[in-house]
Amino acid sequence: MSTILLGAVAYDPKVVTIWDGFRVFFAKHGLDFDYVLFSNYERQVLAHLSGHVHVAWNSPLAWLQTERAAKACGRRAEAIAMRDTDCDLTSVVVARSETIRTLADLRGKRVAVGAKDSPQATLIPLEYFAAAGLVPGRDFEVVYNDVLVGKHGDHIGGERDAARALAAGTVDAACLLDANHLAFSRDGTLPASSRTVAQTRPYDHCNFTVLDDAPRDLIGRFRELLFSMHYDDAEVRPLMDLEGLKAWRNGRTEGYADLAASIDRFGTIVPFLEHAASEISSARP
Amino acid sequence: MTEPSPPRLDLEALGIDRGGDLLVRRALRGIAPGTDLRIAGSHPDLLIHLRVLCRAAGHEVRVKDDEIVVRRGTAVDAPRRGAVRAGKADPRSADAVVDAPSPRWGLAARGALVEAGAPAFHRPLSSKDEIWADDAAHLYAQAAANQWDPATAIPWAMPFELPDEVEDAVVQIMTYLIENETAALLVPARFVAQIHPHFREVMQLLAIQAADEARHIEVFTRRALLRRKELGLSTAGGQASLQTLVDEPDFALASFLLSVLGEGTFLSLLWFLHEHAPDPVTRDVVRLAAQDEARHVSFGLAHLGRHLSVEPSLFGRLALAVERRHDTLRNTAGLNQEVWDGLVLLAAGSFRPSDIARGHDAVLALSQEMEDKRARRLERLGFEGAQARALSQLHTKNFM
Ligand SMILES: [Fe+2]
Ligand SMILES: [Fe+2]
Repeated sequence: MSTILLGAVAYDPKVVTIWDGFRVFFAKHGLDFDYVLFSNYERQVLAHLSGHVHVAWNSPLAWLQTERAAKACGRRAEAIAMRDTDCDLTSVVVARSETIRTLADLRGKRVAVGAKDSPQATLIPLEYFAAAGLVPGRDFEVVYNDVLVGKHGDHIGGERDAARALAAGTVDAACLLDANHLAFSRDGTLPASSRTVAQTRPYDHCNFTVLDDAPRDLIGRFRELLFSMHYDDAEVRPLMDLEGLKAWRNGRTEGYADLAASIDRFGTIVPFLEHAASEISSARP
Repeated sequence: MTEPSPPRLDLEALGIDRGGDLLVRRALRGIAPGTDLRIAGSHPDLLIHLRVLCRAAGHEVRVKDDEIVVRRGTAVDAPRRGAVRAGKADPRSADAVVDAPSPRWGLAARGALVEAGAPAFHRPLSSKDEIWADDAAHLYAQAAANQWDPATAIPWAMPFELPDEVEDAVVQIMTYLIENETAALLVPARFVAQIHPHFREVMQLLAIQAADEARHIEVFTRRALLRRKELGLSTAGGQASLQTLVDEPDFALASFLLSVLGEGTFLSLLWFLHEHAPDPVTRDVVRLAAQDEARHVSFGLAHLGRHLSVEPSLFGRLALAVERRHDTLRNTAGLNQEVWDGLVLLAAGSFRPSDIARGHDAVLALSQEMEDKRARRLERLGFEGAQARALSQLHTKNFM
């Protein structure tokens, strides 16, 4: 049987430990699995579309980039699996001042977000503002915390900087993933006086993406083995802990609707899609 | 018929970020997987943070009739499922100390419940027969109770006057003692790092033994420098003898050569120095060291006695180790001549020929006593009389 090749983005050194662990796990079950690391999701999406990897571990934004670039050339992308912890995340908008109690109170104010390509700390919250009638950049100032652009907010640094800016009083509100809001409340990054003024609808996070020309047998076996991982199994539990899940779930894409609305509204990935179209057409014989 | 309503946890104003999570975990431990817990509270972020908490822990959250309900998952129980008890903490209870502890018990306390899937720690010394002594806990307790403070246990400031040559002899003897104590520190220190922590009492005992030696090095150095700025001579023969000890890779052999033969011999030497000490500081430093050494010898005898009882072929290996070491050292000078002369002078008390004769006889008697006691210890381990005597005679002339 030939090798199944996965693409993943190296947002943290632990990524190597994770995929090395998966390599051992799959090898033990007779699947020859290997991985390629990319420094950013855009490069990974292009590599996937060019056929360099069979499956990509994608951020929600990278999923949409793949889905749309594929569609543009008549192909189809599929989300085949995700973590239980990728489902139903929310983001919150936090403020400090007594006078800010709703989104509308942020008109004319400064709002800190994460990296400009972060779904959870930037794109989805800004869509939420816009849907509520506050146009980012016009009705309020957006303060980006561009830590490691290209990693789609996987790195916590941008959100931590946003929370620190709120604590320092240089912004009036900050947009954070709910889990980071809890973490920053616990460790004191967020002042006790901060309050949550809004929470987005639930949305979904990462998934394993394949394209319609992926080798079916290999992908089938890959998926089967993923779903055979049980948290009760002491051999795979450390790996699941590292990857941050208790169980694998089927892929679902309805949870990307708000992010899709955001990139439609702001044109976020238009330049990428144009670039991708020229890259892919020039790569084809 | 109505279902009994699920248990309810009221967090009042407490947030999940300030310890509320602890109360949630506690309440969930009290209910069966798949059943519900109702949670109430007035913290403004309660629901947001509960969802984060439960998402990561594998519980489901829903809001029903304005009330938060958590359905308990099973993932939180996973670490305890398949966990094993790593022996028992109290060494006196049956099966407390197992013969071959699993490498996966790692650094876990003996008696702890060890989650499956921990990494394996491979310790070279992980067989009970090789290292265990039933006395270890008792000897450790004794050692811990008898730790002395070099700053206060010794009358450093007590006035005394010694002739220059007597002081020189003391400094030379201390110089010799220090290098021997260094060997006695390095050997247990090396093996303590190889022991499976399941054998906690042995690990502790070797650690405190190394600490004892650290103190011996300190007080002998301090005595040597009390009246002098420089130490005495370290000889090639002395170091050659110690090298064969420090380089011995086998725990049983190293412990036999160091504790039973070397430190056993040193006991006689230290008590001799105590008897003939020319000043109160020397008298006390050697006395305190001798008290510690007695424990080191006891542990050597205890674990080797146990080891020999389960592995009689060890007798042959021990004998061979003494013979091999003797052969290696055959062409070295043995005991530092200046140390020997120093011992004679201390026992003589002066350079008068008649005193020197007495001192010389005393050192000869010391040598004989060392040899006799070594032979007796070998017999205690189970060597028969003639072999015990022969092996005792082959022991290094350097004493340690
Ligand atoms: Fe000592
Ligand atoms: Fe000792």
